[in-house]
Amino acid sequence: MPKITYISDAGVSRTIDVPVGDTVMEGAVQNGVDGIVAECGGNCQCATCHVYVEEKSLPLLKPMAEDEDAMLETTASPRKSNSRLSCQLHITPTFDGLVVHTPPTQQ
Amino acid sequence: MAVVIIGGGQGGFQIAASLRAEGYQERITLIGDEPHIPYQRPPLSKGFLVGKQEQRHAELRPAAFYEAQRITLVTARATAIDRLARRITLDSGEHIEYDTLVLATGARNRLLPHDNVFYLRTLGEAAEIRQRLAAANDVVVIGGGFIGLEVAAAARILSKQVTVIEGQSRLMTRVVAPVVSEYFRSQHEAKGVDILLNATVQRISDNEVLLGERTRRPADLVIAGIGVAPNVELALEAGLPVGNGITVDEYLRTPDEHIFAIGDCAECPSLYFETCVRLESVQNAVDQAACIAKAIVGHPAPYGAVPWFWTDQYDIHLQMAGLPTGFDQVVTRGDPESRKFSVFYYRAGKLCAVDSINRPADHLAARKLIGAHATVSPDQAKDESFDLKTAVS
Repeated sequence: MPKITYISDAGVSRTIDVPVGDTVMEGAVQNGVDGIVAECGGNCQCATCHVYVEEKSLPLLKPMAEDEDAMLETTASPRKSNSRLSCQLHITPTFDGLVVHTPPTQQ
Repeated sequence: MAVVIIGGGQGGFQIAASLRAEGYQERITLIGDEPHIPYQRPPLSKGFLVGKQEQRHAELRPAAFYEAQRITLVTARATAIDRLARRITLDSGEHIEYDTLVLATGARNRLLPHDNVFYLRTLGEAAEIRQRLAAANDVVVIGGGFIGLEVAAAARILSKQVTVIEGQSRLMTRVVAPVVSEYFRSQHEAKGVDILLNATVQRISDNEVLLGERTRRPADLVIAGIGVAPNVELALEAGLPVGNGITVDEYLRTPDEHIFAIGDCAECPSLYFETCVRLESVQNAVDQAACIAKAIVGHPAPYGAVPWFWTDQYDIHLQMAGLPTGFDQVVTRGDPESRKFSVFYYRAGKLCAVDSINRPADHLAARKLIGAHATVSPDQAKDESFDLKTAVS
């Protein structure tokens, strides 16, 4: 399974094996990673699963759809060029080694 | 100090989670009557039915979360509230004492007076429908609301023959304008769904549904989604006021200062509509839960979140903001032919709701506009060169 690393705003790092087909959000929620709330359950409706993707991992990701782009305008922590909603990041085998940073706040 | 929550759905879970996030240290007991840890219902009528999502995807948190957060999960049905002694009775005969009680008892499906009909609300029901769907050829869905249409879409995705039977003259009558109903009818028909409007079921047998003398449809699976009734009995028997739901004030409190009610089962004053409203949505359950958690830790504030809803059918993503109830004017932004458009609802000249079909930016602008009690004129709404975001300052 691809290994995904989640680094909190305080710098705490956790690396988790997440099944292909699941999302980066699900990998966090199902393994008790703090810093990802996912209030709407992964439906691209609430922007509380916001992450900053490490620059080196950005080329692994598919471009975002219109709804993710719109929803990112409503994040509680500032949107940056590497901001994504982790519920929209469906894991493929190439995601192995993906590193994301959770923001200071989601709400 | 102890908080007891009756109801292990989205709202019940969220109160427990929000209380801990707010730093609440005392005992939290979450009582649910289903044999599962808390899960979300929206996927059950969408990805779960077509096999794209499993139970673990629906679970709101893993089992370890509750242990780590010291949230005691109890699988039982609460049978009585003793308000004087501040304790509840469970069907096991056990008693649990509370300082604060939250009723998040949800709602249950309305039933038809027919046998051989399946209903979808719980994970158990969804799992059974999913299994039967796999073996079925002809599926009849009774009810052209959100649940019925989502089930119809799932069944078509699985290549079943699908008929939708709706008693009203259009789909989703209770919640959307005719232009939106019509769009969804055309999209379902284009996918091959047979939609019967103004239709009433007379009889359901093992292998067909009879609508009238000449109208019948083969059916090896009949699923009904005809709305829900709030679970208010526990509150009623405890002497709490009940209207179209357990009556609470703008702080979501019943007249008993130790008892709150939230979510599908509760009716509360709305900042966005003149009367009390009872809403059945994830947003409502989650935001009301967060509001109560704040009140319990000493920061009460009136509940005032903008209502929003969504439904996914095939690749159509409908997002709704506000409450269109009683609208008297509707304008459309964008061309339905382009498969991306929004509908603006006005009541007495004021914007009250916006439905967006595959136009997420409009939806988010609408949430802000309605939340700010701002408005855009019908002409501005229609004009796609007018930037909705500029109307909220």
